[in-house]
Amino acid sequence: MPELHFPWLEVSILTPLVGAFIAYFIKDGNRARVCAIGACSLAFVFAVGEFVDFGMLHSFEAHDHWDLVTFLFNQDIFIVDELSAPLLPLATIVFLVTVLSTLRTKIHRFSFPLTLISETILLATLSCRSSWTLVALLSLATVPPWIEMRNRKHCTRIYSLHMGTFVLLLSLGYGLLQFRSSSEDPALLAGALLTGATLLRSGIAPVHCWMTDLFEKASFGTAILFVTPLTGAFAVMRLVLPVAPDWALHWIALLSLITAVYASGMALVQTEARRFFCYLFLSNASLVLVGLELVTPIGLTGALCVWLSVGLSLTGFGLTLRSIESRIGRVSLTDYHGLYDQMPSMAGFFLLTGLAAIGFPGTIGFIAIELLVEGAVGVYPQVGTAVVLAAALNSIAILNAYFRIFTGRRASTHVSLAARWPERVSVLLLTLLIIGGGILPQPSVAGRYHAAIELRRHREGPFTGESERDAASQKIEASREAKNQKH
Amino acid sequence: MNSESLFRLLGIITVVSPLVLLACLGLSSLFMVRLSESIVSRLTQVAVAFSLIAAIVIFALMLVTKSRFVSVDIGDWVSIPQEHFHFHLKFIFDRLSVPFLLLSLVLCGVVGAFTRRYLHREAGYHRFFLLYSLFLTGMVVSSIAGTIETLFFGWEMVGLSSALLVAYFHERESPVRNGQRVWSVYRLADAAFLIGALMMHHLTGEGDFASFVGSEPWPGGVAQLSSSNALIVGLLLLLAASGKSALVPFSGWLPRAMEGPTPSSAVFYGSLSVHLGAYLLLRVSPILEASQLLQWIVIFVGTLSTLAGSVMSRVQSDVKSSLAYASLSQVGIIVVEIGFGFYYLALIHIVGHACLRTLQLLRAPTLLSDYHAMENAIGGRLNRQSPRWIRWVPKNFQLWVYRFGFERGYMDSILDNWVVNPFLAAFRWADRQERRWTDWLSEEPSRESDKIELHPESFSEPVNLSPSNKQHASHQVHN
Repeated sequence: MPELHFPWLEVSILTPLVGAFIAYFIKDGNRARVCAIGACSLAFVFAVGEFVDFGMLHSFEAHDHWDLVTFLFNQDIFIVDELSAPLLPLATIVFLVTVLSTLRTKIHRFSFPLTLISETILLATLSCRSSWTLVALLSLATVPPWIEMRNRKHCTRIYSLHMGTFVLLLSLGYGLLQFRSSSEDPALLAGALLTGATLLRSGIAPVHCWMTDLFEKASFGTAILFVTPLTGAFAVMRLVLPVAPDWALHWIALLSLITAVYASGMALVQTEARRFFCYLFLSNASLVLVGLELVTPIGLTGALCVWLSVGLSLTGFGLTLRSIESRIGRVSLTDYHGLYDQMPSMAGFFLLTGLAAIGFPGTIGFIAIELLVEGAVGVYPQVGTAVVLAAALNSIAILNAYFRIFTGRRASTHVSLAARWPERVSVLLLTLLIIGGGILPQPSVAGRYHAAIELRRHREGPFTGESERDAASQKIEASREAKNQKH
Repeated sequence: MNSESLFRLLGIITVVSPLVLLACLGLSSLFMVRLSESIVSRLTQVAVAFSLIAAIVIFALMLVTKSRFVSVDIGDWVSIPQEHFHFHLKFIFDRLSVPFLLLSLVLCGVVGAFTRRYLHREAGYHRFFLLYSLFLTGMVVSSIAGTIETLFFGWEMVGLSSALLVAYFHERESPVRNGQRVWSVYRLADAAFLIGALMMHHLTGEGDFASFVGSEPWPGGVAQLSSSNALIVGLLLLLAASGKSALVPFSGWLPRAMEGPTPSSAVFYGSLSVHLGAYLLLRVSPILEASQLLQWIVIFVGTLSTLAGSVMSRVQSDVKSSLAYASLSQVGIIVVEIGFGFYYLALIHIVGHACLRTLQLLRAPTLLSDYHAMENAIGGRLNRQSPRWIRWVPKNFQLWVYRFGFERGYMDSILDNWVVNPFLAAFRWADRQERRWTDWLSEEPSRESDKIELHPESFSEPVNLSPSNKQHASHQVHN
């Protein structure tokens, strides 16, 4: 396997871990915040280094140079491939901007050591292939939010029940897969258990209530960090897609589609900003899973592009809401707040990131949604229609929230509510990526297409083989060829 | 430099000028750089002038070289060659796009000049021109789009800028509510557009207009779709056009859009934005011709819109709403003309109507003032006589028609009662079930968000927003 020129993966995983260790022993909250920003920044730099280095290798996968873990355990545990290469910098930037935009007034409610540990676990997860290490990391990642909710003296029953079920299904499913006999039945059961686990983790309806509960009870920053990297979708890609039979992927797509439309409708009726954000996120994130099942490379490419756009845009959107909430408390959407005059820059960012999430032209989400819908319409026209409908409802919900929060009345305050420079820098950074990716989408699309092709190639033969999906794919390609010859 | 490269250069200037304006104003807002009013207006004038001059030169060259169709191919913005996926950027200058482009640039330029003084020293001056630049870019792109995706690109920009300009006076609730309604209608129309565009792309393998309406210059061309496919695609595009042009049953948003400042009302809803739907139908006219049923549906919708608009315009109590519905009645006639195949007539009608309505809407505030001055001078109301034939119409029927017009055709209430409210009620029910489920799992009230303040920015008393108290809180808010 090709080697990177530097142990980027291990260094980027270790950096936040070391930062968490240092931050834990710092009693002063401000200094802990500075330490966390430093650790996240370094992790971001190393993740970008990994991305650039991997790009130069022109290989499907690679492992670290001077790979200490391989040396110790005699197997490649941490690997970067076409799927995870952009996800690592995405994860680090999400953590960096979240930590950076945390106001000093909130540093005692937001645990930096726990956040850095979460980042460590996430980066390690994204660097893993299908293995027990991945299962362990996915399970471990559920712990920090639980600890935080416990520390805030909130009831964790809903979260514990759902995440406990997730860990159980994941472990059982992977265990069955590892020890499957030659007969198909245990493997089918394993596929079903893994599918159930990943759907639960992704928050697919009707087992999505843990996500709304998390947003209710944890801090906004922790909730954003737990969901926006789309770890559930990653688990689907690593654990389910390579081995699942067609019917499992079909069910994933169907349930995801229902979730996308259901969540978009629910976002419209929410009366509080966090719950609104949660449903908005659910709707957009479900589209990624819809694309994963699509038989065309275009649809899968679209899903991978939507993954990046959702990660960036909804992180920015969430952070804008978080900034508002840190000033005025929980934001009610039942009436108008009129905060535009106090926070004009936040209003602009809110609108920009919100529109990017629904694929407004000129933003990173536009081409992603186009690819996804194009892929869907080619196979299941109803799917394409539902995706478009979900996007339309989401856009109505976003502008409704914008009007409720920033307009409708003239609000005056004695204290300045203007955005501080760390918040502006954080959201500006994301905005530039959103607009830059929207103006020049070709590099990202080409990269994701390549990843999509390789992912399809790596699906195991025994469970899918020459299935009706491959036949449908060939039929579509043949009809395209015929049309091109005609023109 | 040959004619082809000259056309290409001029075509690029036409599109890039408004884009540069948008970039300048957008980036200055993003980085919190405050430009002075004079700089903003200068930038706007220069951008519009460049684009207009380039468009006029293209038009002149087309006349000189006797070209009916000029295509400016920018290239692929995104492509996946292995999958034959291309998002192609292509602009076409033909007998449809050039007049519409010139109309857009002239009217936007006029309104820009008007606004420079109208909104002088207003707090939202820069916000207006930012949205104006977004609208201008959208209109230019939509006018000369050579592919359905490019048209959709511009279409979305026009929609967003329109909705935000309706809510321009955002410190009041009414403009904001109306802006939300305009946006909602636009988004559902855009969804229909996108589905129609993707179906066309899927059926023909390309997004190029030439691939589904033939390569003949407009209004020639034959649809490359069967009659049944043309009906389905055409209905979707008609739905999109109806939403954008406020045809029945989506006419409710048009008078609400008059909440915005006079310049935006004039240029968006009076002249340009409201004709974009008709423009779309003109652009895909060969698809309409492929299905006779579709043509009759277009004529029916146009007729209904004309009748409704004409009645409603006569009973409105404010001049801008009256003009809005007068616009609707004319747009309805334009759509009927398109349905009957009188494309050139429809295009000329669009140009004439747009100019007239812009003038009327810009003149409306001062016109009222002039009328008041005249009535003060004569010491009484100006004479208004009903037409003689009205004597033959039963009084009850007159009252019914008056009521119908005053209630704006009951369209809003029908849409609200039969579509919007049931939809929201269903999801509110689902929300209540989720609450019950999470409360049962937690064995306690599971939603912290129930106990939040309604207006924490005003340091008011907290209000408990659990279901039993929401109605009481809502009642308090509205009082």
